Amino acid sequence: MVFRSLRASLLLCAAFLAQSAFGVTDLSQLADGDSAGKITALRQIAAQGDMSALPALEALQNGALYVVSPKDGKTRILIADATGAVMDAATGEHLPALPDAAESVTMNNRVRGALDVTLAALRLTSEDAETRLQAIRALKNNPEEKLLPLLEAALAKERDTEIAMRVRAVRALILLRSPEEKERLAAVRTLGKGSDPATLPLLRPLFVRDAQGRFLEPDARIRAAARQAVSAIEGRVQAGETLKRLFEGVSLGSILLLAALGLAITYGLMGVINMAHGELIMIGAYAAYATQTVTQRDLPMLSDIWLWLAIPVSFLSAAAVGVLMERLVIRRLYGRPLETLLATWGISLLLIQLVRTVFGQQNVAVENPLWLSGGLEIVGAQILPWNRVALIAFVALMLAAVAILLAKTRLGLFIRAATQNRPMSRCMGVPTRRVDSLAFGLGAGLAGLAGCALSQIGNVGPELGQGYIVDSFMVVVVGGVGQIAGAVFAALGLGILSKFIEGFAGAVLAKIAILLLIILFIQKRPQGIFALKGRFADA
Amino acid sequence: MRRQAFLKTVLAAAVFPFAIFFAPAKAADQETIKVGILHSLSGTMAISETVLKDVALMAIEEINAKGGVLGKKLAPVVVDPASNWPLFAEKAKQLISQDKVAVVFGCWTSVSRKSVLPVFEELNGLLFYPVQYEGEELSKNVFYTGAAPNQQAIPATEYLMSEDGGGAKRFVLLGTDYVYPRTTNKILRAFLKSKGVADADIMEAYTPFGHGDYQTIIASIKKFASAGKKTAVISTINGDSNVPFYKELGNQGLKATDVPVVAFSVGEEELRGVDAKPLVGHLASWNYFMSLKNEKNDAFKKKWADYARAKKLPGVSKPLTNDPMEATYIGVHMWAQAAAKAGSVQTDKVIAAMAGQTFAAPDGFTVKMDEKNHHLHKPVFVGEIRPDGQFDIVWKTSGPIRAQPWSPFIAGNEKKKDEPSGRSK
Repeated sequence: MVFRSLRASLLLCAAFLAQSAFGVTDLSQLADGDSAGKITALRQIAAQGDMSALPALEALQNGALYVVSPKDGKTRILIADATGAVMDAATGEHLPALPDAAESVTMNNRVRGALDVTLAALRLTSEDAETRLQAIRALKNNPEEKLLPLLEAALAKERDTEIAMRVRAVRALILLRSPEEKERLAAVRTLGKGSDPATLPLLRPLFVRDAQGRFLEPDARIRAAARQAVSAIEGRVQAGETLKRLFEGVSLGSILLLAALGLAITYGLMGVINMAHGELIMIGAYAAYATQTVTQRDLPMLSDIWLWLAIPVSFLSAAAVGVLMERLVIRRLYGRPLETLLATWGISLLLIQLVRTVFGQQNVAVENPLWLSGGLEIVGAQILPWNRVALIAFVALMLAAVAILLAKTRLGLFIRAATQNRPMSRCMGVPTRRVDSLAFGLGAGLAGLAGCALSQIGNVGPELGQGYIVDSFMVVVVGGVGQIAGAVFAALGLGILSKFIEGFAGAVLAKIAILLLIILFIQKRPQGIFALKGRFADA
Repeated sequence: MRRQAFLKTVLAAAVFPFAIFFAPAKAADQETIKVGILHSLSGTMAISETVLKDVALMAIEEINAKGGVLGKKLAPVVVDPASNWPLFAEKAKQLISQDKVAVVFGCWTSVSRKSVLPVFEELNGLLFYPVQYEGEELSKNVFYTGAAPNQQAIPATEYLMSEDGGGAKRFVLLGTDYVYPRTTNKILRAFLKSKGVADADIMEAYTPFGHGDYQTIIASIKKFASAGKKTAVISTINGDSNVPFYKELGNQGLKATDVPVVAFSVGEEELRGVDAKPLVGHLASWNYFMSLKNEKNDAFKKKWADYARAKKLPGVSKPLTNDPMEATYIGVHMWAQAAAKAGSVQTDKVIAAMAGQTFAAPDGFTVKMDEKNHHLHKPVFVGEIRPDGQFDIVWKTSGPIRAQPWSPFIAGNEKKKDEPSGRSK
């Protein structure tokens, strides 16, 4: 151990000594060489651990590295930052502006891959733990022998156990090819503790025989360890995949529930067949878009939290449209389901056309806030995207709020009373007309919330609602009319089932299979999963 | 201002039915030549097709400003088939038999083209089709100004297999479920096999139109890619499904340096609604990119920006050009040139005059309509997505290449003639 850290520090010293000699030439090679030249330069920087190259490399990654190559003079590499300040990468001299002849340094994927590795290698000793974590993640796919001293140095300094574990795993990937048996055995054992499926193709060949029947790995102990490691990793990968599939199902189910929750109130509780439900979702999504546009244009100080503002705006605008619909049209058609169906369908066409006229017929771009991009890494290198995690949480909150509203508040009591026995509740002094308005507005507002949330994962266009209306009715009917709990079970069940089928049959067949299953289910059980029992069941 | 515009629209909507009613009675038919525009302005394909309508209108305006064709002004007739394939055939019939248009510019998806093809052949109409497609078709009534597979799909796959493209050994063929992706993937599978790629190293997956949940597919791509060989994805996903696909790709941490995705239906316009930063390095293959540097392209881009501003088109704050727009632009101009050469807008005479037409295109080359096979000779470019949604060109052909509508990678094609039958009529 002492020897090893000594070796590492010696190498680092050598690198620091070398940097003054090589730094400048390396950088110009970065700019004017072809892909191969650039990659050689990047590898050299990584192997030397040349920290002075860091600003130039970061600029290269951000597309802010420029090259000026006058016919007679020396090539200059310039770094431009976001404020417009320009600096010479080699001398550190500041320039007033970018010269006209400056051209941006371009990359292709090969160069970008090498750049990622080099940047990661340099950032391994960064002060910031998150940066170090990102760096070691990037190195995972490129275990190169030259990086070994840097990894050793990083490991010696590392205090964070999780990062240290990852550094050890990358070191093990490199040491797998080491000539020393002890190092190989240790590497196999380290890898066996991980759960990354990408290590499997490296471990499997260790216990495979070649054409002559000889093992590629001469040491029997290492072969046994490799076998053990592979089965341990495979188990964890399997667990990760199962978890991921379940998550996908819950995520799809939460989207279905999101779309259907408003309908569960307007159709399920009130019995209004609202064909414009999808368009209320669409209005919510456009309200989110409008909030984003207005905050970015007029209230830049709020532009980081526009999504939070969009939630009430979406709810209120869809609820307002809903109340208006109820007052003007639906109120006159209670008890006449066919007419309601036709009238609301007409309203849906009207709303689509209105949005086309105001916002244009093309999809609009609703941005994802930074904190919703990326994902959470779980076992087996599976990633759960933050936007889907957030969506599930959002649906859970919405559901809880609706449940409390219906079960615990006076309005909820009135809604339940009016839907169960309208004449009797009117006799008891419940203002049924106002309750109807409010209940319909609540259902519409929930659709608006759904639109706001869906704008984060899909397209926002005038036809957005059309894609959800069938799914929403599907959920409510399967769940059982008149029950919020039914909708929850139906949505999650359909989500998980459809993801399960998609896993082995593909997306197209899954869609067909789900619709078929629903037809069969409705044949067998027309009242849905949950059905109201008692005297008011058929009211 | 907004309110005024709104009132105007309401008024226009109210007057519209009457306008249609009286339009055929107009005596203006004598001085104008009617041309049809058949692009989806609503539905899942509107994201791609709406601008093609606008660029065709711009080209028509340009031709009219120079005096029109054969001394007559062109009068565009715009219809909206609403991403509804049978409606395409109906609208095509209406354009040819009722409006009596001389030529139609339109269609994006192959399924819409297949739907209108019998109409054009039966009524002897003329269609200019501006989008890259799967080949396997030649009709005397259609001119194909987009790319055939050997002008887009095959060169892009070769690039992925090259050293600079990452040297991919395993391929995911991912598409929307209809004729273009299925046929392209059939050709690509045969091509990959001819290059020694085993069947086990090819994964094929399809999604319905308008699909929005790419979690499972991306998870299976990740699994497929973890087998230790460099993996690339070839995407023929069409329409607005691309937005959730690329969003999910970014969120699941699949970066271009690990698993590059090359797309054949994603250009500048489709990336408008997407935050391109997580997508940097993913690829597209086209015969034109907005970022091409040449005089013709600068002029084209300026013309389009001015037109978009003058007409207050949606997205005017960031006017974009793309490959199918360029192909539409070339198509309209070539038709006008051919009509002028033929001295008539009659279908058969224009078809004869189209052979060998050339046009100095915004891609920087003078493209030529093949003398026989109704396809353009076009250059091929491969571009990588930049953070601003534009493309860096990383590979290109040295010049225009001739289209092979009958791909040699499909069995039985070697016997097929490289020109439409019934030409001599």
